[in-house]
Amino acid sequence: MSTWVYIIKRILGAIPILFIVSLISFFLIRLSPVDPLAQLKLNPAISKETIEKETKRLGLDKPVIVQYALWAKNFIKGDMGYCTDNTKVSVKIKSRILNTLLLSFCVIFFSWIIAIPLGILGAVSYNSTFDKLLTLFSSVGMAIPSFFFAVIMLLFAQKTGLFPVGGLTSINFQEMNLFSKIIDILWHITLPVFVLTTISLSSLTRQMRANLLDVLNSEYVKFAYAKGLTKTKVIIKHALRNAINPIITLLGFEFAGLLSGAALTEYVFQYPGLGKLILEAVMQSDINLVMASLMIGAIMLICGNLLADILLKITDPRVRV
Amino acid sequence: MGDFFYKLKKDKIPFLAFIVLLILYLLIAFADFFAIYPSTYSNRKLAYQPPSKIYILDKDNKLKKPYVYNYIKTFNQNTLSIEYKQDRENKYKIKFFSHGYEYKLFNLIKTDIHLISKPDDCNLFLLGTDIGGHDVYSRLFFGGQISLTIGFLALLISFPIGAIYGGVSGYLGGIYDKILMRISEAIMSIPGFYLLIILASILPSNMNSQQRFTLITAILALIGWAGFSRVIRGMVLSVKNQEYIKSIETIGASKKRIILKHILPQTSSYIIIAITLSVPSYILAESGLSFLGLGIQLPDASWGNMLREAQEFANILYRPWLLVPGILIFIAVLSFNVLGDKIRDILDPKTMK
Repeated sequence: MSTWVYIIKRILGAIPILFIVSLISFFLIRLSPVDPLAQLKLNPAISKETIEKETKRLGLDKPVIVQYALWAKNFIKGDMGYCTDNTKVSVKIKSRILNTLLLSFCVIFFSWIIAIPLGILGAVSYNSTFDKLLTLFSSVGMAIPSFFFAVIMLLFAQKTGLFPVGGLTSINFQEMNLFSKIIDILWHITLPVFVLTTISLSSLTRQMRANLLDVLNSEYVKFAYAKGLTKTKVIIKHALRNAINPIITLLGFEFAGLLSGAALTEYVFQYPGLGKLILEAVMQSDINLVMASLMIGAIMLICGNLLADILLKITDPRVRV
Repeated sequence: MGDFFYKLKKDKIPFLAFIVLLILYLLIAFADFFAIYPSTYSNRKLAYQPPSKIYILDKDNKLKKPYVYNYIKTFNQNTLSIEYKQDRENKYKIKFFSHGYEYKLFNLIKTDIHLISKPDDCNLFLLGTDIGGHDVYSRLFFGGQISLTIGFLALLISFPIGAIYGGVSGYLGGIYDKILMRISEAIMSIPGFYLLIILASILPSNMNSQQRFTLITAILALIGWAGFSRVIRGMVLSVKNQEYIKSIETIGASKKRIILKHILPQTSSYIIIAITLSVPSYILAESGLSFLGLGIQLPDASWGNMLREAQEFANILYRPWLLVPGILIFIAVLSFNVLGDKIRDILDPKTMK
């Protein structure tokens, strides 16, 4: 029961934060010298009525506060307006969210199942050659600029022909059956996932190693040894559970880092995700799209943090409601 | 301080990182001395010239002073592409510690001595040229000046803001704490890079390079302070109920004095650690921004915007010399990470044994 109370409390707590986020992003964009309808007006395919409708919908003839209220009302209703190419923002964003979530999920999954065992091995064999190599590799992994790494991987794909160069689907994707569709997506997603996993893997491994080292030095672990338990038992049954808690907290941060870090990688690989969308929106000064993707990004981040907190609540009974 | 350097020296790898950074910063401090062409040099007729090959042996395998050949641009009718061929007619000796273009060392001393100067009547592009005919080798130094300093400058803005914000929030507590922390949480909830590109994109395009540099620095600083302020707040919370703070309060010290003079200094070792560990992320952020064309812009160089060339497939396939800035970013960030880890080990009382 108390878990539910905690979850509801946290969700309610996220509302004022979202409100402030929306205020910040709205005024940031409105204060910029960009005319929100400039692109619409330039596009000959868009009729005068649409522009008038947009002016009215955004309340551009009214004071800024009213504009904000109108925007917020529409956003809650799910109406985010039109892009400069006359498609609905909500339609465009929906597919991108799924793609970004798919990418993030794969990256988090792989980095966790690789990083945690590596971190454990590093901590257990503290100061051994393996440990030193691990530290070296994780430092190297953290230092590669993601876009540079992505460019090099693209070069690799081009030279070997093993992987497709960019995109999420092949040209003949529509004609495939379900099975080959899945294979096609997996084949396209491999390189972006590899790049992002390598980067997040490095910091995660270091964190895991450091946590376990901290716990291994504590009194209760020494006591467990004194009791005569084997090393494996002490580590798996006693030390690991405490060492993994900070990693779960990191999950939220990692998600944040992924949303940001993925933007560049998505751009290089031409992966149709949220990061690439917001970049395109920014380049074309498509205000509606920028606002919407900024909000969606923030909501996803808050959800990520929430998820991490709930997980932590489940694994660590000491977390108070 | 002496103790600090002794501990740093004891471990070889962090010390090596320290030396590497020292060299990098010396190179950019004396950028004009090491550069062959001035930062504004551009010759579009010589776009994508490959690196000049340096020879030290002549035909009879005798050791000679280093010399190069000039390159001639030709148009290949069969492949329809421009090719550069060596003109083996004349040898040109490379000059060392000789006269080149005029510059002012540290904006003070007028001189024209360079480590390497190009031979008269011959071009010397040690790392080739890019699409605008800029000398990549020379621009590495000028680009480094921006890429390696922007992080520090941004930190100089964001850390005081974060520290004071967190200090005030933690010390005052109550409703102030709630409001201040909600705001910083909100800023942390916007994916940092999204905020970065949006802020960078609303900058007016008609700024000169100095204004742009300043504003990009300010934007980088705006992103980083929120997370930092939360950590400081946490530390302040644990300090503020200690007895020495209570006794200062009874003496009647002002809140401003307590926060600035008695509470924040307690967090200093954390601040030093956090600074060294956050420089790399600022360097990476700047390079990412410039890579997208939203950061430092031509004609100025930064390692990030030099890498913009790598967005073209043909470039990474046939002109790999354009990737050198990426390697330099990697080396700089790696060194900062390694050094930062060591500094944390030295300063953090938790790891002291």
